[in-house]
Amino acid sequence: MSTDVPSGEEKKDEQAEPLDVLDSGVTRFELVKEALRRDGVEILHYEPRFPIPGTKEEKRVVRTISFFFVLAGLAAFGFIAAYIWWPWEYEFGGADTWSKWYTPVLGALLGIALGGVGIGILTWSKKLLPVEELMQERHDGASDPVERRLTGATLAHIGDETGVARRPMLKRALLFGAAPLGLAALMPIGGLIKDPGDALFTTGFNPKFNGGNPVRLMREDGTLIRPEEISVGGQITAFPAIPGGATLEHADSPTLLIHLREPDAAEARANAYEMNQGSQWENIIAYSKICTHVGCPASLYEQQTNRLLCPCHQSQFHITNNATPIFGPATRALPQLPLGVDEEGYLYATSDYKVAIGPAFWEREKK
Amino acid sequence: MKRRKLDVKQLPAKAAGELDDRFQLASPLRKVLTKVFPDHWSFLLGEIALFSFIVLLLTGTFLALFFDPSMTEVHYEGAYAPLRGIEMSKAYESSLNLSFDVRGGLILRQMHHWAALLFMASIVVHMGRTFFTGAFRKPRETNWLIGVLLFWLGFAEGFIGYSLPDDALSGTGLRIAGGIAESIPLVGSWVSFALFGGEFPGDSVIPMFYILHVFLLPGILLALIGIHVGLVLIQKHTQWPGPKRTEHNVIGYRMFPNYVSKQGGFFMLVFSVIALMAGLFQINPIWMFGPYRAEVVSAGSQPDFYVMFLDGIVRLFPAWEIRAFGFTIPAVFWPGIVGMGLFTMLPLMYPFLERRFTKDKAHHNLLQRPRDVPARAGVGAMALSFWVVCTLSGANDIIADKFNISLNAMTWGGRIGLLVVPPLAYLMTYRICLGLQQHDREVLAHGVETGIIKRDPDGRFYEVHQPLAQPDEHGHTSLEYNGWTVPKKMNRLGALAPTLKGFFKPIEQAEKPGANGDGSGEVEEGEKREEISAGK
Repeated sequence: MSTDVPSGEEKKDEQAEPLDVLDSGVTRFELVKEALRRDGVEILHYEPRFPIPGTKEEKRVVRTISFFFVLAGLAAFGFIAAYIWWPWEYEFGGADTWSKWYTPVLGALLGIALGGVGIGILTWSKKLLPVEELMQERHDGASDPVERRLTGATLAHIGDETGVARRPMLKRALLFGAAPLGLAALMPIGGLIKDPGDALFTTGFNPKFNGGNPVRLMREDGTLIRPEEISVGGQITAFPAIPGGATLEHADSPTLLIHLREPDAAEARANAYEMNQGSQWENIIAYSKICTHVGCPASLYEQQTNRLLCPCHQSQFHITNNATPIFGPATRALPQLPLGVDEEGYLYATSDYKVAIGPAFWEREKK
Repeated sequence: MKRRKLDVKQLPAKAAGELDDRFQLASPLRKVLTKVFPDHWSFLLGEIALFSFIVLLLTGTFLALFFDPSMTEVHYEGAYAPLRGIEMSKAYESSLNLSFDVRGGLILRQMHHWAALLFMASIVVHMGRTFFTGAFRKPRETNWLIGVLLFWLGFAEGFIGYSLPDDALSGTGLRIAGGIAESIPLVGSWVSFALFGGEFPGDSVIPMFYILHVFLLPGILLALIGIHVGLVLIQKHTQWPGPKRTEHNVIGYRMFPNYVSKQGGFFMLVFSVIALMAGLFQINPIWMFGPYRAEVVSAGSQPDFYVMFLDGIVRLFPAWEIRAFGFTIPAVFWPGIVGMGLFTMLPLMYPFLERRFTKDKAHHNLLQRPRDVPARAGVGAMALSFWVVCTLSGANDIIADKFNISLNAMTWGGRIGLLVVPPLAYLMTYRICLGLQQHDREVLAHGVETGIIKRDPDGRFYEVHQPLAQPDEHGHTSLEYNGWTVPKKMNRLGALAPTLKGFFKPIEQAEKPGANGDGSGEVEEGEKREEISAGK
């Protein structure tokens, strides 16, 4: 086999006469060169890595490559064994359990197995395959002008044969037939379209969810809230006390209840917009927790500065001034929930939020 | 009848013959085998994306066996104790089970996530390579367009993918996406209701995302990737300029065995890196976030890195809401919809804009070094720095926390940076390109610095330069710059002998410098070296 591989400087002879491919005396490499010539490839440089077979260096390279393949095989066996026999069942808080090493062990073994094959192949390619540099013609760009003309004429002829240009009525009729059909094909998407109606303007505090009666406030676990249960300076998250009020069914309803300190409460009362007047119940104030920017819960309450921060995009709202935005991308104040305390001493919403909560949308001022 | 002996050695030839009898394969097969590919490390960046995509298909298929895309509420009773008894969607429950109750599930989930990150990262780097070297020019504009689309499809596929587990972080991401959708003028609330099947979050978004994630988008991605790679094969890869290289040839090695073996080995390496990362580095620990609830969010809620530029620009954009005639255009419409539209349209239009400005309508197969087209390199640096400022701002709360900077200062820094950094990046890149060009020309005219300082009898010091060709009487060489690396160090000229091989003792005699094949060692020998002359 090695006899017909050239030894380096083989690029000189441009064969004067075409090679007789079917001649039995032709060597294999001559055939390869003829194949390359016919495919427009010229050999600029071609030389085996190890012209003399069996040198120490060649054997060394072969040993290195074999090592990586064997390593890969061992790691793959290890992976299979670990997958089957390594204890894998998760134990919570198991600081020194074997099972917590399950994923790292699998990853390391799989990585070594795949990497071993990869490095083996790459070393093979870089160290054993012949050094070669070939030049191929590109033949890109436009087609041959003759071909272009012939194809162009054929296309134009086909166009003429249909006679669209000559029979304008057909063209118009076809357009009339096809265009509505295209639109008709879009119709099934209509199944996705739902009329928002007033859904964006109401929350779970709307009396319509409570048989027309005002809705009380509750905690996540369903317990109702008395004003005295919120410590001064404290805050809790409240939900409408209706079935499913604390679930994602009413994802627009979470409300932040804050018990302001006396001076802050007075300040808030003095600052209240006309819409918000009387919404506070004594020193307790309630704002929608849904950020007016893009709807994350604005839930980081900074007691000292009376600021509320939305952790998603850092909008900051001023609690004692109608929760107006004072920094960040939010443009509108958090809506305030008008509060009252019923005869049983529980907090309730005297009405729904007076404006749409959450992110703004085109028609939000329509209501 | 005598049974003929089966000659195993003849079997492949016989099989090939049988196939050729039927399909006439000899000629097309040979054209594939001997197709010549140019070689450069930067041509392999796109391959990382391709290989990551294959890993994504493999691991994703495994995940789909165990994932249940349902928003039905259940009580968790799995192996992860802290969440037991908590109400959550089936999607989240099955994602947890995939991590804790399925043998080997966690590593495959983490492989899937890391592969997605690698996919997007390599797309970005590959786009950069294509842009800065001018590989998008005629005739390859189509592939540039497909590439931009692939980025956005990958973006959507990735976002939808990390929304599927329905944990607190992905729910927050969905809420933000819903908020941005609502901001579209006229139809925003309708779009949002179509997305969620009603008011956010509804109970249909996860099943809908699932079919998009496992069928529709991967199908489109696969088709476009097929066309993308197919066009590279048909149009042949671009190549760097260099000796003998022209617009009309390709210089490199053959598809078989060199190219294919390198690609195969490289695929295994990419796969290996993904497996190692998945095993050793935690990614998206959904069990720590808990199920999505509308009132819960934690500080440091970040999307995956390729979505961070969107999150960042949404953080930075000022509170400019337009209200007129009873209608509202929310502030987030500008960065979230218009901004993303520009991020899509400008790259799509770039090849045609450049054509228009440079009036270069020629056919190009040779790449350009970024330094040779300073304006384009500058525009690229500008776009890249804009993207980086946006992306960093997507993590500005983390940066503020870790480096003890005021959050508001980070926001203002980002806002100002967005306006100031890109023009600066343009100017600096432009100047650096010119400087590099000039240095190349200097070396071509005077030679390589040798590091040898000589002193004249009249006391003047000068550095000895090695000219790259026979200098004229003024010590100048008139070599033409051909758009490719100019050697700038003596060992590039073969001044250093190759190192001896062998761990403990040399296994072979040291070769003479310059005898090492590939043409890199064309150094003048012996007395010729004494011709080193002063660089003036």
